[in-house]
Amino acid sequence: MKFNLKVWRQKNAKAEGKLVDYTIDNIIPDMSFLEMVDVLNDNLVRKGEDPIAFDHDCREGICGMCSMYISGRAHGPQHAATTCQLYMRSFKDGDTIYVEPFRAGAFPIIKDLVTDRSAFDRIISKGGFVSVNTGQAQDANNLPVDKAFAEKAMDAAACIGCGACVAACPNSAAMLFVSAKISQLALLPQGGPERNNRAINMVNQMDEEGFGSCTNIGACEAECPKEIKLTNIARMNREYLVASLINE
Amino acid sequence: MALTGLFLITFLVVHAGINSMIWFNDGGETFSNWGHFMGTNLIIRTMEIVLIIGFLVHIIDGLLLWKQNRDARPVKYAYSNPAANSKWYSRSMGLLGTLILIFLVIHTAHFWIPNRLSQGISNWEHGEIDLYGKMVEIFQNPLIVLVYVAGCFSLFWHLLHGFKSAFQSLGLNNVKYNKAIEIAGTAFAIIVPLVFALMPISFYFHLVH
Repeated sequence: MKFNLKVWRQKNAKAEGKLVDYTIDNIIPDMSFLEMVDVLNDNLVRKGEDPIAFDHDCREGICGMCSMYISGRAHGPQHAATTCQLYMRSFKDGDTIYVEPFRAGAFPIIKDLVTDRSAFDRIISKGGFVSVNTGQAQDANNLPVDKAFAEKAMDAAACIGCGACVAACPNSAAMLFVSAKISQLALLPQGGPERNNRAINMVNQMDEEGFGSCTNIGACEAECPKEIKLTNIARMNREYLVASLINE
Repeated sequence: MALTGLFLITFLVVHAGINSMIWFNDGGETFSNWGHFMGTNLIIRTMEIVLIIGFLVHIIDGLLLWKQNRDARPVKYAYSNPAANSKWYSRSMGLLGTLILIFLVIHTAHFWIPNRLSQGISNWEHGEIDLYGKMVEIFQNPLIVLVYVAGCFSLFWHLLHGFKSAFQSLGLNNVKYNKAIEIAGTAFAIIVPLVFALMPISFYFHLVH
């Protein structure tokens, strides 16, 4: 397969970036998008040019490291998939493909397609954990957890923190991510004792990082590779509202 | 946005309800009786001030939100395909709200402002203008009728997103009720603007006498 690529190149955080045209040929349809970029980079290195910097790690859709805004969508056109799980067969031969970094003020570009998503780590450090000792395995089994709640918590915990929600959101809001983390713990007894402080501290940190505010557009849910649901955002709003009213 | 939005939704119910009295086809008698009550009752007039504050908070809050969200992405995408993941009216609440605001200025300049000016502070009981007669007169202009219908379309899309969005923002989201909220929101977004739009149309085509 042959493709025309328009890739965002930017030397560093301060430099002006621009879209650069590349043509690539002999791509196997079953290559992943990242493998296609590997081939392109190999070609660039052979020509003595600077390869395209991009984030990737596990390449099996579970680490949340790969990003890229492909053909106008976070992680590209494939539903419920990260960029590493996007295959070139999703495109037509001869397609022009735009490749940009995830864009948000809170995700500054480091180089080319690599963005600094440590804002998410700082939000997690404000309460995305359980600080009480939850004991050994048998102790966990002694805590009764409703199956339905366990399932919801597990669904929320599927969030890999990739930032596609922020990239897809016209407001650059991070509420799907933060709400998944808050929900995951709020739904389980272990997370109960700290739920109020957690909701307030994580939401405050989210605002401090400069993310936008949710206006319930729903683009995040549609683009999330792990299909995190909007109901989590409603739960976070509820947690935050209650916590603001009763926290001393 | 959600609290003021829901408050403004209750206003729409009252407004649409009372204005529907024109379809009694009694020369506006029932409508004018209700209009007189709304214009002279102390509780209603106090609520009118709360309503103005509600509008102002909704508008200012909306503008601040729009600015904050625009600033959250300093460098825009060179190519984006938002139609693939969301509805255009959900993304255009600021634009739709602005169109409604422009309509609101035109609309209040036609009826509410002249009426209150005529009543002044001291002449509540007898200073009212004939709102029904004014409608008959104003809605003979096809351009004005079109502006009103366009305003109703803006309101339709604004409500289509806003109604159910308000519940989500307040955390009133439960799998059991989500479908009901969505159906109620869609029905409300269709019925209320349709009722409003039919008013100038009815006058223009002389369907009410």
